[in-house]
Amino acid sequence: MTQAEIETVYDALAAAIDGAGAGKSELFLAKLALLLSRRLGDATAVLDCIAEARRHLED
Amino acid sequence: MRPAGKGATESLYFDYPRFDPPQGAARAALDAPARAVIVGAGPVGMTAALALAREGVASVLLDDKSTFNDGSRAICVSRSSFQILDRLGVVGPFLDKALGWTTGRSFYRGRQILEFEMPDSADEKFRPMYNLEQQYIEAFLWQAVAGCDLIDARWQSEVTGVADREGGVAVTVRDPQGCYTIPADWVLACDGARSAVRGMRGLRLKGENFEGRYVIADVQMEHDYPTIRRALFDPDCRRGGTVLIHRQPDNIWRIDYQLAEGEDAEEATREDVVRDSVAAVLKDIGHEGPWELEWWSVYSANTLALDDYRDGRVFFVGDSAHVVPIFGVRGLNNGLADAMNIGWKLGWVLTGRAGPALLDSYTPERRGATLDVFANASKSARFMTPPSHGWRVMRDAALSLALDHEFAGQLANPRQMTPYVYARSPVVRADDPGFAGGPSAGDVLPDARVGDGHLSDRLGPGFTLLCFDAGLSRALAGEAGMQAMVLEPGSAAARRLAAGPGSAYLLRPDLYIAARWHDARAEDVIAAYRAAICKSGD
Repeated sequence: MTQAEIETVYDALAAAIDGAGAGKSELFLAKLALLLSRRLGDATAVLDCIAEARRHLED
Repeated sequence: MRPAGKGATESLYFDYPRFDPPQGAARAALDAPARAVIVGAGPVGMTAALALAREGVASVLLDDKSTFNDGSRAICVSRSSFQILDRLGVVGPFLDKALGWTTGRSFYRGRQILEFEMPDSADEKFRPMYNLEQQYIEAFLWQAVAGCDLIDARWQSEVTGVADREGGVAVTVRDPQGCYTIPADWVLACDGARSAVRGMRGLRLKGENFEGRYVIADVQMEHDYPTIRRALFDPDCRRGGTVLIHRQPDNIWRIDYQLAEGEDAEEATREDVVRDSVAAVLKDIGHEGPWELEWWSVYSANTLALDDYRDGRVFFVGDSAHVVPIFGVRGLNNGLADAMNIGWKLGWVLTGRAGPALLDSYTPERRGATLDVFANASKSARFMTPPSHGWRVMRDAALSLALDHEFAGQLANPRQMTPYVYARSPVVRADDPGFAGGPSAGDVLPDARVGDGHLSDRLGPGFTLLCFDAGLSRALAGEAGMQAMVLEPGSAAARRLAAGPGSAYLLRPDLYIAARWHDARAEDVIAAYRAAICKSGD
């Protein structure tokens, strides 16, 4: 994916989180993660990504 | 603003001159007719006056102050601005004093997530960016203005009226000794974001006001860090906020920090609060030595512009025409480009070398450049100052991922500042699709190594035709105002221009490409040159 494409995705996600509204963005992001996982078709890769995303969550 | 007990121009590093209004015998001719009156002797007004003088046109330059700007303000001067200063023959003192830089680093919670390099090479005469306090920018321009017979500079001279009259504008001026009116052919309003001329003409800036507000503070200190722009996201000293740090000459450091939502700007600019905020930033970057507070100010990230930069015989130039967010470093740089653009065009029209229609290309070219800045600045603003929950979540996700993933760090990469391409200008010819690369028509000329110097050193004072065939250059010898320059086929310049042996580039006095041909014919070049100066009907 090019940098410009990543920025397009970034912008669309920001707008969709705002569009989901208060309290619903977590549900939206979980649905999105499941859809992307199915598209990726590789459970090991998804589990790797889950571990990556868990890093640096602490404040 | 400056620390308590200090005057507005009592600086740690800069001795402000004091300029008197016109005195004695000079006052007799104050109301003499002028071809051009320039309102505002800041960097933009002085550059416009120098650009007009370069074309042989005299101007009256008015400023209501008695000295230069009170603070360092705009400090980042781009390569394209250095090229303009070089064309005007004034770049020397800038090169001696300014700090050139190519690198930026971004940090998230104290850890580096990105280092970026701006494009640079031996083909370039100037570095991509230089840091220099605005007072020096003004002082160096002033040296040239004061030494120029064609510029009549008048300080402490406030414009109180700008009324249309037959074939021109009546400019009313008030100074400590009296009032007078100058019958002017043209007015260049270079009087800044709060332009009085704009108000007198009944015009308003339009656009968006972004939420983010920032304090800029200058401190003087011995601090060991190279000239590298640092951006601190979510640092300990300002959780949830963003801090920028720039090195300037004379051991001056610019600290630029965002105010939190709901933080009161008046309170945030109180001296003790500024001192505490700066001390926290300095602690974060590991500075333990003494420091002195020099100057501070507050600004917001607005994107505002006039619909038309021309109102009859008044042109708006620089901040009077557009206000852009500071972190795009485009306020000063676009202002200088505006000044060069209108300066050479008005100069050519007033000396009969170009048709009056050339002036109509100023707004599309320069307002286009402003709208381009707005598009990029809006993106930067959304990253620096997320406007809503969604943008904040995505920004924080990108920063958190950036600790381990390079791709996410790139999302924090500020847009590289490249000059806007005048692709849709009425005086730029459609690009020739025969080229496989190189800069297109409407682009600014990229510099290149030629012999032991640079291409930009060898250009003519007016239009230049860069070509690779001596026969073509001889066929154009009769065109006034255009000079042909024959380059070696296969040279570094030819490669940078993707040029073949029959190729040609037509350059304007401001170094923009008016037209290019992969296989040029003399009659096409002459037609394009005449179209570029609006003389096709002659």
